[in-house]
Amino acid sequence: MTLDLLIQQLVNGLIVGSFYALIALGYSMVFGVIKLLNFAHGDIYMNGAFVGLIVFSFVGIWVGNGWLGVVCALLVSMLAVGLLGVIIERFAYRPMRNAPRLSILITALGASMVLNGTALALTGGRHYAFNTDLGFAGVDISTVHITYTQMVLVAASIALMAGMQAFVSRTMYGKAMRAVSIDMGASRLMGIDVDRVIALTFFMGSALAAGGGVMAGAYYGSVHFFMGFIMGLKAFTAAVIGGIGSVPGAMLGGLLLGLLEAFGSSLPFVGSEWRDVFVFGTLILFLVFKPTGLLGRSVVERV
Amino acid sequence: MTDEVRTMPTAGQPQLMRWSVVLPGLAALTCALVLPQFANAYVTEVATTALLYVVLCLGLNVVVGYAGLLDLGYAAFFAVGAYTSGILTAEFGFNFWLTIPVAMVAACVAGIIIGAPTLRLRSDYLAIVTLGFGEIVRIIARNLDITGGASGLIGIERPEIFGFRLMQVQHFYYAFLVLALLTAFVCLSVERSRMGRAWFYVRYDEDAAAGIGINRVTAKLQAYMMGAVIASVAGCLYAAKMTAISPESFTFNQSLLILLGVVLGGMGRIPGVVLGAVLVALLPEVLRGAGTYRPLVTAVALLAIMLFRPNGLWPDKRV
Repeated sequence: MTLDLLIQQLVNGLIVGSFYALIALGYSMVFGVIKLLNFAHGDIYMNGAFVGLIVFSFVGIWVGNGWLGVVCALLVSMLAVGLLGVIIERFAYRPMRNAPRLSILITALGASMVLNGTALALTGGRHYAFNTDLGFAGVDISTVHITYTQMVLVAASIALMAGMQAFVSRTMYGKAMRAVSIDMGASRLMGIDVDRVIALTFFMGSALAAGGGVMAGAYYGSVHFFMGFIMGLKAFTAAVIGGIGSVPGAMLGGLLLGLLEAFGSSLPFVGSEWRDVFVFGTLILFLVFKPTGLLGRSVVERV
Repeated sequence: MTDEVRTMPTAGQPQLMRWSVVLPGLAALTCALVLPQFANAYVTEVATTALLYVVLCLGLNVVVGYAGLLDLGYAAFFAVGAYTSGILTAEFGFNFWLTIPVAMVAACVAGIIIGAPTLRLRSDYLAIVTLGFGEIVRIIARNLDITGGASGLIGIERPEIFGFRLMQVQHFYYAFLVLALLTAFVCLSVERSRMGRAWFYVRYDEDAAAGIGINRVTAKLQAYMMGAVIASVAGCLYAAKMTAISPESFTFNQSLLILLGVVLGGMGRIPGVVLGAVLVALLPEVLRGAGTYRPLVTAVALLAIMLFRPNGLWPDKRV
């Protein structure tokens, strides 16, 4: 592997990895607080991309297809899809909170399928172009051209994650979130409004996924109803690699998975058609040898 | 975390010999036996699909209904069976009947590879790992030469029994009926065996089950492997019926439909699962005009069942 290829794959890995990290973070937060794998998370990412595209198309009439439009799309989509997350929690997950584990999982799956099915019904399964005009200016390292767009995307996702980490570790609501994740019953006795904390967690997790969706849509230039499926699986893998329930772990896991995938698929015997197999192989290896992930604490099955 | 007090089900003796159970059962069986004599090819074809789903749903019911494990990649084992049998007959000229044990072994091995590491962990992990596994099997089938790549495997030989070659849709209807009855019989026996009771306890309270000396990992792995074996046998017969299989027959959507069949009728109970399987097989026929709205209808059905009737349309009275 030449140096140029190495740098190129490093850049690709970091960009894909920062998308994974954003989505893994939402997975991890929701899992931390209510111990539920939110299957709908990948579809929330997809919905975020679509809402972003709609906003972008409307706003684009006035402000053009540049950065301002993308930022508007990002903010509106994060807000709207964050609320969607709260609605899903309220109507699908909250009634099931005391149901057997299996029922909760199937409900989560149903919620995911409803989001996915709605998107399919509304779009007819077409690919929609996300035509941005962000320019190709950038810096050259050796022969590798890195655009400012790529740098901004990575920086923006790191900023979002850092903001989330600060919120969870510094604010009163963050403290409440951590308390609920340790012991829901005791938190309620301490006067924490558990329902509100859970709703807030869903809001933030969904908003992050939507942010990832808008950025990925703008970066790849295309939005599709099925884009959330594989993304959800990979974000879960990233969350497991980093240690599910841990905020820094999700970031680390996302970036590592992005790099692993970029370098793995450029190995001579792997090839890009085997990329997903490579990723899930990694997931299974982690579950066998280090199920708590790199930064996670051991998770005890709830009784 | 559940607050309500749960009573253990008496997994011991469902009253098999009651007339209210035997008579409707016999009536349904008689209808199933004479159906191809009266129905046209289209109805027989749909009924054959329904029987295929009955076998698959009964198999998944062992995993989901008995042991309480969520398997989202069940179609993968169906694919393992179909491809093993298809490759052995089409490429290596094996006799169809000899491929069934090979497919069963292949499904067992695949089940151990996925199940052994994940069944020790939280039950949610299994759900998502099986989801990934379902995709892996499909991607492998798409990219290998021996599986025929994306266009699939063609020229699978039709099976022969005592010199009689299964050719027409009626023949396969009866073949699937025999398989469905056999599967139901096996499930019924296992349900009441020591192993089946262990699964029930693991499903209701894993820690209590461990407390009374059940090895929960072994119990879960047994259920998972039994489900895998049933799907692989269904896959063998499916490959023989279709004579051509492609990776697109074994997508995530297929796994979802099988799961919907199990959940719709009532997890853990054979008559409920059979009902659910038949409904799932009829669904595409009813929704023929719905086009892209079809997945949404399936999804809403699944969510509505879980929220409003979590024990299914024909629930288990013992639970």
